[in-house]
Amino acid sequence: MNLKMLGTSGFFILTSVVQPVIFATIAFYMFKSGGRPGTLLYTALGAGMMGVWSTTLFGSGGMIQWQRWQGTLELSVGAPPPMVLVYLPFSLANAVTGAYALAATLVWGRLVFGVPLHFAHPFLFAVALVATVLALGLMGLVLASTFILYRYANAMANLLEYPVWIASGLVFSTSILPAWTRPISWALPPYWGVLALRHAALGGEVWRPLGMVAVLGAASLVIATGTFRIFEHYARARATLSLT
Amino acid sequence: MRTWLRIFFVGGAISFRALFSWIRPSIYIPTLLIGPTTQIVFFAYLGRTAHLKSDSWFVVGNAVQSASLAALFGMGFAIDGERWTQTLSAVLATPANRAALFLGRALPVLANAAVTASTGFVGGALLLGFRMPWASVPALALLLVLASFACTGLGMLVGAVGLRLRDVPILANLTMAVLLIFCGVNVPLDKLPRWMHMAAEGLPVTHAVAASREVASGASLASVRTPILVEVALGCAYLLVGFALLRLFEEQGRRHGTLDRA
Repeated sequence: MNLKMLGTSGFFILTSVVQPVIFATIAFYMFKSGGRPGTLLYTALGAGMMGVWSTTLFGSGGMIQWQRWQGTLELSVGAPPPMVLVYLPFSLANAVTGAYALAATLVWGRLVFGVPLHFAHPFLFAVALVATVLALGLMGLVLASTFILYRYANAMANLLEYPVWIASGLVFSTSILPAWTRPISWALPPYWGVLALRHAALGGEVWRPLGMVAVLGAASLVIATGTFRIFEHYARARATLSLT
Repeated sequence: MRTWLRIFFVGGAISFRALFSWIRPSIYIPTLLIGPTTQIVFFAYLGRTAHLKSDSWFVVGNAVQSASLAALFGMGFAIDGERWTQTLSAVLATPANRAALFLGRALPVLANAAVTASTGFVGGALLLGFRMPWASVPALALLLVLASFACTGLGMLVGAVGLRLRDVPILANLTMAVLLIFCGVNVPLDKLPRWMHMAAEGLPVTHAVAASREVASGASLASVRTPILVEVALGCAYLLVGFALLRLFEEQGRRHGTLDRA
Protein backbone atom coordinates (compact mmCIF):
# COMPACT_ATOMS: atom_id res chain seq x y z
CA MET A 1 0.00 0.00 0.00
CA ASN A 2 2.81 2.38 0.90
CA LEU A 3 4.59 1.58 -2.36
CA LYS A 4 1.40 2.37 -4.24
CA MET A 5 1.11 5.72 -2.51
CA LEU A 6 4.78 6.49 -3.10
CA GLY A 7 4.34 5.63 -6.76
CA THR A 8 1.97 8.57 -7.11
CA SER A 9 4.53 11.00 -5.71
CA GLY A 10 6.59 12.64 -8.42
CA PHE A 11 9.05 13.87 -5.81
CA PHE A 12 9.67 10.35 -4.51
CA ILE A 13 10.19 9.05 -8.03
CA LEU A 14 12.62 11.89 -8.63
CA THR A 15 14.53 10.94 -5.47
CA SER A 16 14.63 7.22 -6.12
CA VAL A 17 15.04 7.13 -9.89
CA VAL A 18 16.35 10.38 -11.34
CA GLN A 19 18.58 11.73 -8.60
CA PRO A 20 20.87 8.67 -8.27
CA VAL A 21 21.46 8.75 -12.01
CA ILE A 22 22.32 12.46 -11.84
CA PHE A 23 24.85 11.99 -9.06
CA ALA A 24 26.24 8.90 -10.72
CA THR A 25 26.76 10.90 -13.91
CA ILE A 26 28.66 13.61 -12.06
CA ALA A 27 30.79 11.05 -10.24
CA PHE A 28 31.52 9.13 -13.47
CA TYR A 29 32.65 12.31 -15.22
CA MET A 30 34.76 13.31 -12.22
CA PHE A 31 36.56 9.97 -12.08
CA LYS A 32 37.03 9.87 -15.84
CA SER A 33 38.32 13.43 -15.91
CA GLY A 34 40.66 12.70 -13.02
CA GLY A 35 42.21 9.85 -14.96
CA ARG A 36 40.75 7.11 -12.76
CA PRO A 37 38.26 5.34 -15.04
CA GLY A 38 39.23 1.97 -13.52
CA THR A 39 37.17 2.89 -10.48
CA LEU A 40 33.85 3.16 -12.34
CA LEU A 41 32.22 0.08 -10.77
CA TYR A 42 33.32 1.36 -7.36
CA THR A 43 31.67 4.67 -8.23
CA ALA A 44 28.52 3.05 -9.61
CA LEU A 45 28.00 1.05 -6.42
CA GLY A 46 28.54 4.11 -4.26
CA ALA A 47 26.23 6.29 -6.36
CA GLY A 48 23.58 3.56 -6.22
CA MET A 49 23.89 3.39 -2.44
CA MET A 50 23.49 7.17 -2.34
CA GLY A 51 20.15 6.61 -4.01
CA VAL A 52 19.18 3.91 -1.51
CA TRP A 53 19.96 6.28 1.36
CA SER A 54 18.10 9.24 -0.21
CA THR A 55 15.04 7.10 -0.85
CA THR A 56 15.07 5.79 2.71
CA LEU A 57 15.58 9.27 4.12
CA PHE A 58 12.87 11.06 2.16
CA GLY A 59 10.54 8.08 2.36
CA SER A 60 10.90 7.78 6.13
CA GLY A 61 10.36 11.48 6.65
CA GLY A 62 7.56 11.55 4.17
CA MET A 63 5.55 8.63 5.53
CA ILE A 64 4.87 10.41 8.84
CA GLN A 65 4.49 13.82 7.22
CA TRP A 66 2.10 12.61 4.49
CA GLN A 67 -0.06 10.87 7.05
CA ARG A 68 -0.10 14.07 9.08
CA TRP A 69 -1.22 16.07 6.04
CA GLN A 70 -3.85 13.50 5.15
CA GLY A 71 -5.16 13.39 8.72
CA THR A 72 -4.51 9.67 9.13
CA LEU A 73 -1.62 9.88 11.61
CA GLU A 74 -3.97 9.88 14.61
CA LEU A 75 -5.64 6.72 13.28
CA SER A 76 -2.27 4.96 13.05
CA VAL A 77 -1.37 6.07 16.56
CA GLY A 78 -4.77 5.03 17.86
CA ALA A 79 -4.55 1.53 16.33
CA PRO A 80 -3.98 -1.31 18.86
CA PRO A 81 -0.58 -2.55 17.51
CA PRO A 82 2.58 -0.73 18.62
CA MET A 83 3.36 2.18 16.33
CA VAL A 84 6.71 0.68 15.39
CA LEU A 85 4.93 -2.35 13.94
CA VAL A 86 2.58 -0.15 11.94
CA TYR A 87 5.46 1.70 10.31
CA LEU A 88 7.96 -1.16 9.94
CA PRO A 89 6.51 -2.39 6.62
CA PHE A 90 6.28 1.21 5.39
CA SER A 91 9.94 1.78 6.07
CA LEU A 92 11.01 -1.52 4.54
CA ALA A 93 8.97 -0.71 1.44
CA ASN A 94 10.81 2.62 1.15
CA ALA A 95 14.17 0.90 1.36
CA VAL A 96 13.19 -1.76 -1.16
CA THR A 97 12.31 1.03 -3.57
CA GLY A 98 15.82 2.32 -2.90
CA ALA A 99 17.22 -0.94 -4.25
CA TYR A 100 15.74 0.12 -7.54
CA ALA A 101 17.94 3.22 -7.35
CA LEU A 102 20.99 0.98 -7.12
CA ALA A 103 19.84 -1.11 -10.06
CA ALA A 104 19.06 2.02 -12.12
CA THR A 105 22.51 3.43 -11.41
CA LEU A 106 24.27 0.22 -12.40
CA VAL A 107 22.27 -0.05 -15.63
CA TRP A 108 22.89 3.64 -16.40
CA GLY A 109 26.60 3.19 -15.77
CA ARG A 110 26.70 0.12 -18.00
CA LEU A 111 24.77 1.69 -20.89
CA VAL A 112 26.18 5.21 -20.88
CA PHE A 113 29.65 4.88 -19.39
CA GLY A 114 30.46 1.25 -20.17
CA VAL A 115 30.95 0.27 -16.54
CA PRO A 116 31.96 -3.41 -16.42
CA LEU A 117 29.40 -5.30 -14.31
CA HIS A 118 31.56 -8.28 -13.38
CA PHE A 119 30.98 -9.23 -9.76
CA ALA A 120 33.59 -11.26 -7.89
CA HIS A 121 30.94 -12.97 -5.72
CA PRO A 122 27.50 -12.62 -7.34
CA PHE A 123 25.67 -14.64 -4.66
CA LEU A 124 27.25 -12.71 -1.81
CA PHE A 125 26.46 -9.49 -3.65
CA ALA A 126 22.77 -10.41 -3.69
CA VAL A 127 22.88 -11.32 0.02
CA ALA A 128 24.70 -8.09 0.85
CA LEU A 129 22.18 -6.06 -1.13
CA VAL A 130 19.19 -7.57 0.66
CA ALA A 131 20.82 -7.18 4.09
CA THR A 132 21.85 -3.59 3.39
CA VAL A 133 18.45 -2.57 2.13
CA LEU A 134 16.77 -4.12 5.19
CA ALA A 135 19.23 -2.43 7.56
CA LEU A 136 18.66 0.93 5.92
CA GLY A 137 14.92 0.40 6.17
CA LEU A 138 15.30 -0.21 9.91
CA MET A 139 17.51 2.86 10.23
CA GLY A 140 14.78 4.78 8.41
CA LEU A 141 12.41 3.64 11.10
CA VAL A 142 14.50 5.43 13.74
CA LEU A 143 14.45 8.59 11.61
CA ALA A 144 10.70 8.29 11.08
CA SER A 145 10.13 8.18 14.83
CA THR A 146 11.86 11.56 15.23
CA PHE A 147 9.53 13.08 12.66
CA ILE A 148 6.63 12.51 15.05
CA LEU A 149 8.05 15.35 17.13
CA TYR A 150 10.01 17.29 14.51
CA ARG A 151 7.45 18.41 11.99
CA TYR A 152 9.78 19.68 9.33
CA ALA A 153 10.81 16.32 7.95
CA ASN A 154 11.91 17.70 4.60
CA ALA A 155 14.36 20.07 6.23
CA MET A 156 15.82 17.25 8.32
CA ALA A 157 16.03 15.04 5.23
CA ASN A 158 17.81 17.80 3.31
CA LEU A 159 20.25 18.20 6.17
CA LEU A 160 21.05 14.51 6.57
CA GLU A 161 21.49 13.56 2.91
CA TYR A 162 25.04 14.70 2.18
CA PRO A 163 26.52 14.14 5.68
CA VAL A 164 25.57 10.45 5.63
CA TRP A 165 26.92 10.10 2.08
CA ILE A 166 30.18 11.61 3.36
CA ALA A 167 30.47 9.76 6.66
CA SER A 168 29.55 6.42 5.06
CA GLY A 169 32.23 6.81 2.40
CA LEU A 170 29.85 5.81 -0.33
CA VAL A 171 31.94 7.12 -3.23
CA PHE A 172 35.26 7.70 -1.50
CA SER A 173 37.19 6.04 1.27
CA THR A 174 36.53 7.27 4.80
CA SER A 175 40.30 7.17 5.36
CA ILE A 176 40.53 10.64 3.77
CA LEU A 177 38.09 12.06 6.32
CA PRO A 178 39.26 13.53 9.65
CA ALA A 179 39.96 10.85 12.26
CA TRP A 180 37.20 12.10 14.58
CA THR A 181 34.57 11.06 12.03
CA ARG A 182 35.51 7.34 12.17
CA PRO A 183 33.20 6.38 15.09
CA ILE A 184 30.34 8.10 13.27
CA SER A 185 31.05 6.04 10.16
CA TRP A 186 31.21 2.81 12.15
CA ALA A 187 27.76 3.49 13.63
CA LEU A 188 26.13 3.88 10.23
CA PRO A 189 24.65 0.84 8.42
CA PRO A 190 25.35 2.39 4.97
CA TYR A 191 29.08 2.42 5.76
CA TRP A 192 29.14 -1.35 6.34
CA GLY A 193 26.60 -1.96 3.62
CA VAL A 194 28.67 -0.32 0.91
CA LEU A 195 31.77 -2.15 2.18
CA ALA A 196 29.96 -5.48 1.89
CA LEU A 197 28.67 -4.63 -1.59
CA ARG A 198 32.06 -3.35 -2.71
CA HIS A 199 33.91 -6.44 -1.44
CA ALA A 200 31.32 -8.75 -2.99
CA ALA A 201 31.64 -6.97 -6.33
CA LEU A 202 35.34 -6.20 -6.46
CA GLY A 203 36.74 -8.88 -4.17
CA GLY A 204 37.46 -8.83 -0.46
CA GLU A 205 36.12 -10.00 2.87
CA VAL A 206 32.29 -9.82 2.83
CA TRP A 207 31.05 -11.57 5.96
CA ARG A 208 32.46 -9.15 8.55
CA PRO A 209 30.84 -6.01 7.07
CA LEU A 210 27.72 -8.08 6.41
CA GLY A 211 27.65 -9.08 10.08
CA MET A 212 27.95 -5.44 11.09
CA VAL A 213 25.05 -4.57 8.78
CA ALA A 214 22.92 -7.18 10.54
CA VAL A 215 23.96 -6.01 14.02
CA LEU A 216 23.31 -2.34 13.26
CA GLY A 217 20.01 -3.20 11.59
CA ALA A 218 18.88 -5.09 14.70
CA ALA A 219 20.10 -2.24 16.91
CA SER A 220 18.10 0.22 14.81
CA LEU A 221 14.95 -1.84 15.34
CA VAL A 222 15.48 -1.88 19.11
CA ILE A 223 16.13 1.87 19.18
CA ALA A 224 13.13 2.58 16.93
CA THR A 225 10.87 0.53 19.23
CA GLY A 226 11.88 2.74 22.14
CA THR A 227 11.85 6.06 20.31
CA PHE A 228 8.47 5.44 18.70
CA ARG A 229 6.98 4.77 22.14
CA ILE A 230 8.62 7.81 23.74
CA PHE A 231 8.00 10.30 20.93
CA GLU A 232 4.43 9.13 20.43
CA HIS A 233 3.80 9.71 24.15
CA TYR A 234 5.31 13.22 24.01
CA ALA A 235 3.30 14.14 20.91
CA ARG A 236 0.08 12.93 22.52
CA ALA A 237 0.86 14.65 25.83
CA ARG A 238 1.60 17.96 24.12
CA ALA A 239 -1.22 17.54 21.62
CA THR A 240 1.14 18.23 18.72
CA LEU A 241 0.53 15.05 16.76
CA SER A 242 -1.54 16.54 13.99
CA LEU A 243 0.04 20.00 13.88
CA THR A 244 1.59 20.69 10.51
CA MET B 1 4.94 55.49 -9.57
CA ARG B 2 4.46 55.47 -5.81
CA THR B 3 1.99 52.60 -6.11
CA TRP B 4 4.42 50.74 -8.37
CA LEU B 5 7.19 51.07 -5.77
CA ARG B 6 4.84 50.07 -2.92
CA ILE B 7 3.80 46.91 -4.75
CA PHE B 8 7.40 46.20 -5.69
CA PHE B 9 8.97 46.58 -2.23
CA VAL B 10 6.17 46.07 0.32
CA GLY B 11 4.28 43.50 -1.75
CA GLY B 12 7.49 41.62 -2.52
CA ALA B 13 8.54 41.55 1.14
CA ILE B 14 5.11 40.42 2.39
CA SER B 15 4.89 37.77 -0.31
CA PHE B 16 8.33 36.43 0.61
CA ARG B 17 7.39 36.19 4.27
CA ALA B 18 4.07 34.58 3.50
CA LEU B 19 5.01 32.11 0.80
CA PHE B 20 8.63 31.21 1.43
CA SER B 21 7.96 28.39 3.85
CA TRP B 22 11.64 27.99 4.69
CA ILE B 23 11.65 31.29 6.51
CA ARG B 24 11.36 29.44 9.85
CA PRO B 25 14.83 28.98 11.45
CA SER B 26 14.13 25.27 11.94
CA ILE B 27 13.90 24.87 8.15
CA TYR B 28 16.00 27.77 6.92
CA ILE B 29 19.20 26.94 8.81
CA PRO B 30 19.51 23.23 7.92
CA THR B 31 18.35 23.63 4.34
CA LEU B 32 19.79 26.91 3.14
CA LEU B 33 22.69 27.65 5.46
CA ILE B 34 24.14 24.22 6.30
CA GLY B 35 23.03 22.38 3.15
CA PRO B 36 25.37 24.15 0.70
CA THR B 37 28.35 23.48 2.96
CA THR B 38 27.64 19.76 3.13
CA GLN B 39 27.41 19.71 -0.67
CA ILE B 40 30.78 21.46 -0.93
CA VAL B 41 32.47 19.06 1.49
CA PHE B 42 31.06 16.05 -0.37
CA PHE B 43 32.29 17.16 -3.78
CA ALA B 44 35.65 18.35 -2.44
CA TYR B 45 36.33 14.88 -0.99
CA LEU B 46 35.06 13.24 -4.16
CA GLY B 47 37.40 15.52 -6.12
CA ARG B 48 40.33 14.48 -3.92
CA THR B 49 39.56 10.82 -4.58
CA ALA B 50 39.18 11.41 -8.32
CA HIS B 51 42.45 13.41 -8.36
CA LEU B 52 40.59 16.10 -10.25
CA LYS B 53 41.02 19.59 -8.79
CA SER B 54 41.88 21.38 -5.56
CA ASP B 55 39.40 21.87 -2.72
CA SER B 56 39.19 25.58 -3.55
CA TRP B 57 37.97 24.78 -7.04
CA PHE B 58 35.05 22.81 -5.60
CA VAL B 59 34.34 25.33 -2.85
CA VAL B 60 33.93 28.19 -5.33
CA GLY B 61 31.94 26.15 -7.88
CA ASN B 62 29.49 24.63 -5.43
CA ALA B 63 29.07 27.79 -3.35
CA VAL B 64 28.13 29.82 -6.43
CA GLN B 65 25.85 27.05 -7.69
CA SER B 66 24.05 26.91 -4.33
CA ALA B 67 22.54 30.32 -5.17
CA SER B 68 20.27 28.37 -7.51
CA LEU B 69 18.81 26.43 -4.56
CA ALA B 70 17.28 29.51 -2.97
CA ALA B 71 16.52 31.23 -6.28
CA LEU B 72 14.76 28.37 -8.06
CA PHE B 73 12.72 27.20 -5.10
CA GLY B 74 12.13 30.76 -3.89
CA MET B 75 10.70 32.00 -7.19
CA GLY B 76 8.85 28.73 -7.69
CA PHE B 77 7.10 29.08 -4.34
CA ALA B 78 6.57 32.84 -4.80
CA ILE B 79 4.25 32.04 -7.71
CA ASP B 80 3.09 28.47 -7.16
CA GLY B 81 2.61 29.12 -3.45
CA GLU B 82 -0.27 31.44 -4.26
CA ARG B 83 -2.12 28.53 -5.79
CA TRP B 84 -1.47 26.35 -2.73
CA THR B 85 -2.87 29.05 -0.49
CA GLN B 86 -5.72 29.62 -2.97
CA THR B 87 -4.89 33.30 -3.34
CA LEU B 88 -3.66 33.22 -6.93
CA SER B 89 -6.95 34.31 -8.45
CA ALA B 90 -7.28 37.13 -5.92
CA VAL B 91 -3.76 38.36 -6.66
CA LEU B 92 -4.24 38.23 -10.41
CA ALA B 93 -7.65 39.88 -10.18
CA THR B 94 -6.04 43.06 -8.85
CA PRO B 95 -5.19 45.81 -11.34
CA ALA B 96 -1.64 45.93 -9.90
CA ASN B 97 1.16 46.38 -12.39
CA ARG B 98 2.43 42.88 -13.17
CA ALA B 99 6.07 43.94 -13.43
CA ALA B 100 5.92 45.45 -9.94
CA LEU B 101 4.04 42.42 -8.67
CA PHE B 102 6.39 39.72 -9.92
CA LEU B 103 9.71 41.57 -9.95
CA GLY B 104 9.00 42.68 -6.39
CA ARG B 105 8.78 39.03 -5.46
CA ALA B 106 12.10 38.37 -7.14
CA LEU B 107 14.07 40.91 -5.12
CA PRO B 108 13.99 39.17 -1.69
CA VAL B 109 14.61 35.85 -3.43
CA LEU B 110 17.71 37.30 -5.09
CA ALA B 111 19.04 38.65 -1.77
CA ASN B 112 18.36 35.33 -0.07
CA ALA B 113 20.16 33.43 -2.83
CA ALA B 114 23.25 35.60 -2.42
CA VAL B 115 23.24 34.97 1.35
CA THR B 116 22.89 31.22 0.77
CA ALA B 117 25.81 31.20 -1.66
CA SER B 118 28.01 33.19 0.70
CA THR B 119 27.49 30.68 3.53
CA GLY B 120 29.08 28.08 1.27
CA PHE B 121 32.29 30.10 1.27
CA VAL B 122 32.20 30.41 5.05
CA GLY B 123 31.65 26.66 5.38
CA GLY B 124 34.47 25.98 2.92
CA ALA B 125 36.80 28.23 4.91
CA LEU B 126 35.91 26.58 8.22
CA LEU B 127 35.92 22.93 7.13
CA LEU B 128 38.29 22.78 4.16
CA GLY B 129 40.66 25.66 4.86
CA PHE B 130 39.53 27.63 1.80
CA ARG B 131 41.36 30.94 1.57
CA MET B 132 41.28 33.82 -0.89
CA PRO B 133 42.78 37.32 -0.91
CA TRP B 134 40.75 39.70 1.26
CA ALA B 135 40.98 42.24 -1.55
CA SER B 136 38.96 39.88 -3.75
CA VAL B 137 36.01 39.66 -1.33
CA PRO B 138 34.02 42.68 -2.67
CA ALA B 139 34.43 41.48 -6.26
CA LEU B 140 33.35 37.97 -5.29
CA ALA B 141 30.35 39.39 -3.41
CA LEU B 142 29.32 41.22 -6.56
CA LEU B 143 29.66 38.02 -8.58
CA LEU B 144 27.45 36.18 -6.08
CA VAL B 145 24.78 38.84 -6.50
CA LEU B 146 25.03 38.53 -10.29
CA ALA B 147 24.83 34.73 -10.14
CA SER B 148 21.83 35.06 -7.83
CA PHE B 149 20.24 37.50 -10.27
CA ALA B 150 20.70 35.08 -13.18
CA CYS B 151 19.37 32.17 -11.11
CA THR B 152 16.38 34.28 -10.02
CA GLY B 153 15.67 34.94 -13.70
CA LEU B 154 15.70 31.20 -14.29
CA GLY B 155 13.53 30.83 -11.19
CA MET B 156 10.99 33.19 -12.73
CA LEU B 157 10.86 30.88 -15.73
CA VAL B 158 10.43 27.85 -13.46
CA GLY B 159 7.67 29.65 -11.56
CA ALA B 160 5.92 30.53 -14.81
CA VAL B 161 6.06 26.95 -16.05
CA GLY B 162 4.78 26.00 -12.59
CA LEU B 163 1.52 27.73 -13.52
CA ARG B 164 1.04 24.96 -16.03
CA LEU B 165 2.59 22.01 -14.18
CA ARG B 166 1.64 20.72 -10.78
CA ASP B 167 4.98 19.99 -9.10
CA VAL B 168 7.22 23.03 -8.92
CA PRO B 169 9.61 21.32 -6.44
CA ILE B 170 10.28 18.59 -9.02
CA LEU B 171 10.85 21.15 -11.75
CA ALA B 172 13.19 23.13 -9.50
CA ASN B 173 15.10 19.99 -8.46
CA LEU B 174 15.58 18.90 -12.06
CA THR B 175 16.74 22.37 -13.08
CA MET B 176 19.22 22.41 -10.20
CA ALA B 177 20.52 19.02 -11.30
CA VAL B 178 21.07 20.34 -14.82
CA LEU B 179 23.04 23.27 -13.43
CA LEU B 180 25.08 20.92 -11.24
CA ILE B 181 26.04 18.66 -14.14
CA PHE B 182 26.36 21.09 -17.04
CA CYS B 183 27.82 24.30 -15.62
CA GLY B 184 31.36 23.24 -14.77
CA VAL B 185 30.60 23.16 -11.06
CA ASN B 186 32.22 19.80 -10.38
CA VAL B 187 33.51 18.70 -13.78
CA PRO B 188 35.67 21.02 -15.93
CA LEU B 189 33.68 22.14 -18.96
CA ASP B 190 36.32 20.88 -21.39
CA LYS B 191 35.93 17.38 -19.94
CA LEU B 192 32.21 17.27 -20.72
CA PRO B 193 30.82 16.16 -24.09
CA ARG B 194 30.69 19.00 -26.59
CA TRP B 195 26.88 19.26 -26.59
CA MET B 196 26.86 19.63 -22.81
CA HIS B 197 29.57 22.24 -23.01
CA MET B 198 27.57 24.19 -25.58
CA ALA B 199 24.37 23.94 -23.54
CA ALA B 200 26.27 25.23 -20.50
CA GLU B 201 27.09 28.45 -22.35
CA GLY B 202 23.39 29.33 -22.31
CA LEU B 203 22.80 28.52 -18.65
CA PRO B 204 23.12 30.76 -15.61
CA VAL B 205 25.90 29.82 -13.13
CA THR B 206 28.41 28.69 -15.83
CA HIS B 207 29.92 32.12 -16.38
CA ALA B 208 29.56 33.22 -12.76
CA VAL B 209 31.44 30.11 -11.60
CA ALA B 210 34.24 30.68 -14.12
CA ALA B 211 34.57 34.36 -13.15
CA SER B 212 34.40 33.59 -9.43
CA ARG B 213 37.22 31.06 -9.70
CA GLU B 214 39.38 33.67 -11.40
CA VAL B 215 38.55 36.33 -8.84
CA ALA B 216 39.05 33.96 -5.90
CA SER B 217 42.56 33.27 -7.16
CA GLY B 218 43.36 36.98 -7.23
CA ALA B 219 42.22 38.21 -10.66
CA SER B 220 40.64 41.65 -10.94
CA LEU B 221 37.00 42.23 -11.74
CA ALA B 222 37.97 43.94 -14.99
CA SER B 223 39.72 40.81 -16.20
CA VAL B 224 36.48 38.81 -16.00
CA ARG B 225 34.35 41.45 -17.68
CA THR B 226 33.18 39.12 -20.46
CA PRO B 227 31.74 36.30 -18.31
CA ILE B 228 30.14 38.93 -16.07
CA LEU B 229 28.38 40.56 -19.00
CA VAL B 230 27.25 37.19 -20.35
CA GLU B 231 25.87 36.19 -16.93
CA VAL B 232 23.94 39.47 -16.64
CA ALA B 233 22.62 39.10 -20.19
CA LEU B 234 21.49 35.54 -19.46
CA GLY B 235 19.80 36.66 -16.24
CA CYS B 236 17.92 39.41 -18.11
CA ALA B 237 16.94 37.01 -20.88
CA TYR B 238 15.56 34.38 -18.48
CA LEU B 239 13.77 37.05 -16.46
CA LEU B 240 12.11 38.48 -19.57
CA VAL B 241 11.12 35.08 -20.93
CA GLY B 242 9.83 34.04 -17.51
CA PHE B 243 7.84 37.25 -17.16
CA ALA B 244 6.42 36.92 -20.68
CA LEU B 245 5.37 33.33 -19.96
CA LEU B 246 3.75 34.41 -16.72
CA ARG B 247 1.66 36.96 -18.59
CA LEU B 248 0.80 34.41 -21.28
CA PHE B 249 -0.24 31.72 -18.80
CA GLU B 250 -2.13 34.27 -16.72
CA GLU B 251 -4.05 35.35 -19.80
CA GLN B 252 -4.79 31.74 -20.77
CA GLY B 253 -5.71 30.86 -17.20
CA ARG B 254 -8.19 33.72 -16.97
CA ARG B 255 -9.72 32.85 -20.32
CA HIS B 256 -10.14 29.15 -19.52
CA GLY B 257 -10.82 29.57 -15.81
CA THR B 258 -7.89 27.34 -14.90
CA LEU B 259 -5.77 29.63 -12.72
CA ASP B 260 -6.27 27.54 -9.59
CA ARG B 261 -6.01 24.25 -11.44
CA ALA B 262 -2.67 22.77 -12.47
